[in-house]
Amino acid sequence: MSRGVLVNLTKCIGCGSCTVACKMYNGNQWINERAATNGEDAKLADENWTVIQKFRVPQTAAGMDTGANKRNVSNVSNVSNVSEEHNESKNLNHTNKADRTHGEVWRFVKRQCMHCKEPGCVSSCFAKAFQKTEEGPVIYYPNNCVGCRYCMLACPFKIPKFEWDKTIPVITKCVMCSNRIAKGQQPACVSVCPTNVMKFGDRNSLLAEAKELVSKDKRYVQHIYGEEEAGGTSWIYVSDTPFEQLGFKMDIPKKPIPSYTSTYMHSTPIVGAVWALILTGLYFFTKRKELVKTKTAENKDSETIE
Amino acid sequence: MDFNIEFKKWFIRISYDHWSFRITPLRFFLILLSLLTAVVLVYRFAFGLQSVSNLNDQWPWGLWKGWAVFAGAALAGGGYGTTFLVHILHIERLKLISHRTLLISLLGYTLMLVGLFTEIGRWFNFWRPYISWGHESALFEVFWCVSLYFIIQVLELGEIVTEKVFRQIHWFFVRFFPVFAVIGVMLPTLHQSSLGAIYLMTDGRLHPLWWSPLIFLFFLLSSLFVGPAMLVMESVLVGFAFGHKTPNDVLKILARIGGGMMILYLALKIGDLVVHNETGLLFEGSFESYAFIAEHLFGIVIPILIVFSPLINYRGWIITYGFLTSVGVFANRMNVVITGMIRDAGVIYYPTLCEVIISFGLVSTVLLIYLFLCENFNILLKNNDSCNPNTADGKPHGIAEK
Ligand code: SF4
Ligand code: SF4
Ligand code: SF4
Repeated sequence: MSRGVLVNLTKCIGCGSCTVACKMYNGNQWINERAATNGEDAKLADENWTVIQKFRVPQTAAGMDTGANKRNVSNVSNVSNVSEEHNESKNLNHTNKADRTHGEVWRFVKRQCMHCKEPGCVSSCFAKAFQKTEEGPVIYYPNNCVGCRYCMLACPFKIPKFEWDKTIPVITKCVMCSNRIAKGQQPACVSVCPTNVMKFGDRNSLLAEAKELVSKDKRYVQHIYGEEEAGGTSWIYVSDTPFEQLGFKMDIPKKPIPSYTSTYMHSTPIVGAVWALILTGLYFFTKRKELVKTKTAENKDSETIE
Repeated sequence: MDFNIEFKKWFIRISYDHWSFRITPLRFFLILLSLLTAVVLVYRFAFGLQSVSNLNDQWPWGLWKGWAVFAGAALAGGGYGTTFLVHILHIERLKLISHRTLLISLLGYTLMLVGLFTEIGRWFNFWRPYISWGHESALFEVFWCVSLYFIIQVLELGEIVTEKVFRQIHWFFVRFFPVFAVIGVMLPTLHQSSLGAIYLMTDGRLHPLWWSPLIFLFFLLSSLFVGPAMLVMESVLVGFAFGHKTPNDVLKILARIGGGMMILYLALKIGDLVVHNETGLLFEGSFESYAFIAEHLFGIVIPILIVFSPLINYRGWIITYGFLTSVGVFANRMNVVITGMIRDAGVIYYPTLCEVIISFGLVSTVLLIYLFLCENFNILLKNNDSCNPNTADGKPHGIAEK
C-alpha cells in the first residue's frame, strides 16, 4: 500500500514545529546564517529537508479567512511583524493608498520532497542510490552515490540538495521518515503539527478525500497539487490561494519523468546490436571491394596518389 | 641509454634513450598551467567542491560538466567517425589521418574521464555503477559505453604503439583490429546520443530552444560533423608544431561529408522548432535567444556556406570552417549545460578562477601528451607511407621504426 500525506495549506499557521521535528528526528543542523528554515527567505538546503515558506498574498486572492491572517496568532514571525506594521502605518503618510498593504494575508507553505509515484531522481541515478520503497518514501543510499548530481537536474521540483562544503559530501533530501513509517508511525513532521495541517495515510484515499473537500467547498482552489504533477506524487496539497502565488512550479510535466527516457533506454540494446551487425556487414562488403580495386589497380599499375 | 638536455635558441630538447621531447616557450607555458592545475586539484580533493567552484544547489552542473564531459566528449567524437570511414568503409585516401584522429579521440576521452573524476563529489565511489545498475538512466549508458570505448581505443592504439615497443604482440592487435573497429564505432554512437538523452528528463527546466524530444539525435549528429572540423584544427596545430601538412583534398572530402550532416542537422533543428511552435522564442530578444542564434549562425550556417562553395579550396577558409564548427559545437554543449539553465535556476552562474584553471589545465596536459606522442610515435602518417618518421621539411622528429 502506497502511503502519502495530504497537506491542507489553509490550516497552516506557520509555527514551524514540523521543521524542528524534522531536524531533531533526522539529526540535521540549524543553518540559519546561510539558509533559513522559516519565513520569507526560507529555502531547502542540505540541512533543511523541510522548510516553512511565508507568502504575503492579496486578500482577494485568498479564498478563506484562515487563522494565518489573524495577526494575533502566536507564531515565530509575529514579533518582527508588529514592528513592521508599526512602520507601515508611519509610512502611510508618504505613500499613496494603492501601495498600502492592508488587504494582504499570509500563507505558509511546507516544502519537502514530494515522493513522486515514479520519481525522476530514482530513474536518473545510474548507481541506484535513490530507490522508491513499497510504502511510498523515496530514500537515498549514500554508499551507492557517486556524487554526479544528475538527480538534482532530473527532479522537476528541484528537491535534492548537496553538501557543497564537505570533503566527502552526500546528497540530502526528506526521506519521509521511512524508518518511522516502517514501524507504523507517522512522519515526524506530521505527528507534531498543532493544527493538523498534514494527514498521513493511504495515498489513494487521501486523494479521494482531497477531491471531496475541494469540490464541496468552492473556496478551495479547484486543483490538487500533486495529483497529476510529474505523474502524481505521494504528498498532495490543497489550498485556498492559487498555487502559482505560493511558489509552486506550475509547468511541471504531467507525465512521469522516467517516461522521458524509458523508450530511449529500452531501444538502446537493440539499436546497438543492429548497428554492430550493419557495421560488420559493411566491413566485409567494402573490404572485398577494396581488394578487387587494388588488384585491378596493380594490374593496370596506373593509380597514383599524389 | 643516456639522458641528454640540449639547449637551442628557441627550445630545449630533452632526450633519453630513443625518446625525445622539445620544450618551446608555448610548451613551457602549458607545463606551468598543468602544474598549477595539479595544485588546485589537490586543494579541491582536500576541501570539497565549494572551496574551488561556484557550483551550488541552483547550479549543480557548471563549467566542468559542460567543458570536460559534454563538450570534451563531443569534440573527441571525431575519432569514431573517421574509424567508420577508414576501417569500416575502407576509404583508403583517408587512411593517413586515421592514427591522428584516433589519438585525439583517446586523449579527449582521457580528458573527459579525468574531468569527471574531479567533478563528482563522491569520487571514491566512481566504480559503483559497475555493480549497482541504475539501468534506467541515460547516464548509465554513457558510463558503460565510455569506459568500454576507452579500453577499445587503447587496444586500437595498441596497433600503433606495438610498432615501436612490445613488438612481439603486434600481430595480436593487427589480427583483432576489425573487431575493435566495429565495437569502436558502435559504442560511441550509443553514448554520444545518450549524452543528449541525459537532458530528456529536463523538460520544463532546460530552455525550450535547446530542449527537444530529439535532443539525443542532435547530440549524435553534432558529434559526427564536428570530427572533420576538429581534424582541421588539429592539422593546424601539427602544422605549427612540426611543419606537417595535411593534404587539402583529404580535409575537403571530410568537410563535405560533415557539411552534409550539418545541413541535415539544421533542417531537423528548424523542423523541431516549427513543430513545437517555438519559432517565436528566437525573436524574444532574451539572452538565450541571442545565444541560440549566434550558435547556429556562426557554428552551422556559415560553415555550411564555406563548405559548399568554392571557398573550401582555400586553406584559410578551410581553417575558418574548422574553427567555426568546432567552436559552434562547443558552444552548443555549453548552451545546453549553462545558458539554457539560467532561466530555470533564476540566478546567473559564472565559474571561479579555479574552475577555469582546471578546465584549461586539463586541456594543456592533454596537448602536451599529444605533442610528446607525435614526436615519438608513428602518428603523423605521411601520404601513402605508413612508417615515415620524418616531417615534411625533412627534419626527423622521432624514431618510429628502425
Ligand atoms: S520530488 Fe524530486 S526528489 Fe522527491 S521523489 Fe520526486 S523526483 Fe525524487
Ligand atoms: S548524485 Fe548520487 S544519487 Fe544523485 S544521480 Fe548521482 S549517483 Fe545518483
Ligand atoms: S517526512 Fe520526515 S524527513 Fe520528511 S520533512 Fe517530514 S520529518 Fe522531515
